[in-house]
Amino acid sequence: MSNENLSSFSRATGVAMSRRALVSGAVGLGALAALAACTGTGSTGGGATASKTLTFGSGSSDDVPKRAYAAMVSAFNKKSGDKVTTNTVSHNDFQNNINTYLQGSPDDSFTWFAGYRMRYYAGKDLVAPVDDVWKKIGGDFSAGLAQASTGDDGKKYFVPNYNYPWGFFYRKSVWQAKGYTVPAKFDDLIALAKRMKADGLTPIAFADKDGWPAMGTFDYINMRTNGYQFHMDLTAHKESWDQKKVKDVFDNWKQLLPYQSPDALGLTWQEGAQTLGAGTAGMYLLGSFVTQQFTDPAVLADIDFFPFPEIAMEGTDSVEAPIDGLMLSKKGGDNQAAHDFLAFMGSAAGQEAYFSVDKSNLMTVKTADTSSYSEFNKKLAGVISGAKHISQFFDRDALPAMANNVMIPALQGFLKDGTIDTANLEAQAKALYAAQ
Amino acid sequence: MTVEAPVRDVAPGAAGPAPRRPRRRYSLLNRRDKVVLAAMVAIPTLIQLVLVWIPTVLSVLLSFVRWNGLAFSDIRPAGTANYEFIFSTYPPFWPALQHNLLWLVFLAVIATPIGLLLAILLDQNIRGSRIYQSIFFTPVMLSLVLIGIIWQLFYSQNNGLLNFLLGTSGTPRAVDWFGDPHVNIWAALIAATWRHAGYVMILYLAGLKGVDPSLREAASLDGANAVQIFFRVVFPVMRPINIVIVVITIIESLRAFDIVYIINRGTNGLELISALVIQNLVGEGQVIGIGSALAVVLLVISLVPIVLYLSRTFKKEE
Repeated sequence: MSNENLSSFSRATGVAMSRRALVSGAVGLGALAALAACTGTGSTGGGATASKTLTFGSGSSDDVPKRAYAAMVSAFNKKSGDKVTTNTVSHNDFQNNINTYLQGSPDDSFTWFAGYRMRYYAGKDLVAPVDDVWKKIGGDFSAGLAQASTGDDGKKYFVPNYNYPWGFFYRKSVWQAKGYTVPAKFDDLIALAKRMKADGLTPIAFADKDGWPAMGTFDYINMRTNGYQFHMDLTAHKESWDQKKVKDVFDNWKQLLPYQSPDALGLTWQEGAQTLGAGTAGMYLLGSFVTQQFTDPAVLADIDFFPFPEIAMEGTDSVEAPIDGLMLSKKGGDNQAAHDFLAFMGSAAGQEAYFSVDKSNLMTVKTADTSSYSEFNKKLAGVISGAKHISQFFDRDALPAMANNVMIPALQGFLKDGTIDTANLEAQAKALYAAQ
Repeated sequence: MTVEAPVRDVAPGAAGPAPRRPRRRYSLLNRRDKVVLAAMVAIPTLIQLVLVWIPTVLSVLLSFVRWNGLAFSDIRPAGTANYEFIFSTYPPFWPALQHNLLWLVFLAVIATPIGLLLAILLDQNIRGSRIYQSIFFTPVMLSLVLIGIIWQLFYSQNNGLLNFLLGTSGTPRAVDWFGDPHVNIWAALIAATWRHAGYVMILYLAGLKGVDPSLREAASLDGANAVQIFFRVVFPVMRPINIVIVVITIIESLRAFDIVYIINRGTNGLELISALVIQNLVGEGQVIGIGSALAVVLLVISLVPIVLYLSRTFKKEE
């Protein structure tokens, strides 16, 4: 599935091989340089113009999404008669090698994410625009989804498949028993957390051993404090990190710190979900994939959702809902069948075919048949379709190096002692974005 | 000296066929010998060049540029900016350096002596010695993933064996072995010791087996006790092994990586230079210039003690 959902072990095994290359510290780089040297020469997979066939590179290597894409592909084949050759690569490798992949001999179409990671490759001219596809499918998507599929040059480069929202999850039965109500404002949230603490609960489950989950909290407080546009400008580094607006975000967060799990840095999100499932935590801010952890149907049915409360800006108009979908490589841009394939992905029929197998995410087409949605799914879908702005996730909206190398340690440091050096964040951001 | 040694080894072998061909008396080596010799020198040199020296030089060069890893035309000179970034701006760097040093001290003072002790104990021909050897050596052979699972079982805060034995599991007093930045480095060091001791043990066992028993007998006839025999006679005799162990301990502590990576990818109190190199060079967080600069720093640090130690050692032998 997405980057965030990888287990720590699959992350580890992905890099286990690189470790050997590290032996002299420098050898690893040699391998990279060699890889880079190989690119730009290949491109042997010709026959792009002769429509009716296309290749599809998929990073969705887990069983369920893999079968889901296979179902979508066969539905497309049935409808159009075009033959699709799917090449599935383990998602870790697919993501880590995307640079080499796009410069070498990529497939016509491939799975990718909306956000900076999409706009970056569009800006480097490594992918093909799909404005023609959007002329057909545009009416079926909300403004937020259309915005998230657009590159910096105003062209569309991405067709959404599914997404999943981030927000607070809680157990209805626990809240009913204690008489808690959904907080509308940030102050209500703090008051609620205070009450929960007095009742002996961990008010807000928090798990940040892997580093990325804290970004969700940062994104929401930032968007609620400074607005969606500031989030986009900050992640694109058009805004400085060393300014009052950023400090305000951390000041607001500081009010929540006493109510988060005290040992967050040692917990994985799965362990965080367990505390929510067991009823020892009052609520949990995470993506809707948290529900995967509740294997007991009674617990699953007891889970409910509310969006991050309003702070200062735009009410709750912005929703963090990472979108996965398809893009065309440069080569695929010349293949009409590949354009048709993306158009099919953006149609109700295509998304229903995918959803028929993988039900853990939400379809993005407005006209898709949602009769098989559970009540809970409908609620999540309503939150997304009602959103004016859809943010991805910090590690999708920002330069990956900024997210992985800078924000993870910085946020972990903040969770430890409540201090953050925004001047240093800015200095690091400057160096990293300058290298792009 | 190191260069001369192989030549000396080759010369007698190559000279061997010469007497059988008296007509070629002006050269000890015939054509075929020369071709073979050239190939024997060239192939390892080439491999060394391609796998070690060229990447190293490239790495050094790349540490002075900014590059996004895409087209070569995107490479821009950066001067020493990457190094300035590491030394003055990058927060994990200095903690990482300290942790590497701590790692070195811990392995040298605790893990290596434990390995030596195990080797001595197992060298006493106690019953089941082979089985113990295998058990202690197993950690060295285990894969990264298994090591992660094993230590997760020990250290997990709520479900781990350790907190269960301490009776604090599930209570607020439970020690957060992986998450508490003051504790997790020690947890990682114990896991590292668990591996390193087994490695050292096997090497010393081999060394102990190679010590001439008559030396011990002579020493005990002279009235030395067991401790004296070991430290005055056996240990000095194992000098070649000791050199290997010192070098291995230094290298292991500098390239220590897998255990912290499996715990939390080298963040939050577990920063190590090698983990920073990986984070900056591989995958999505790739920043080639900075990653290369970190790799160069690691290379320089690794070279200093090893070159010093080896040159001193070989000089004494001379």
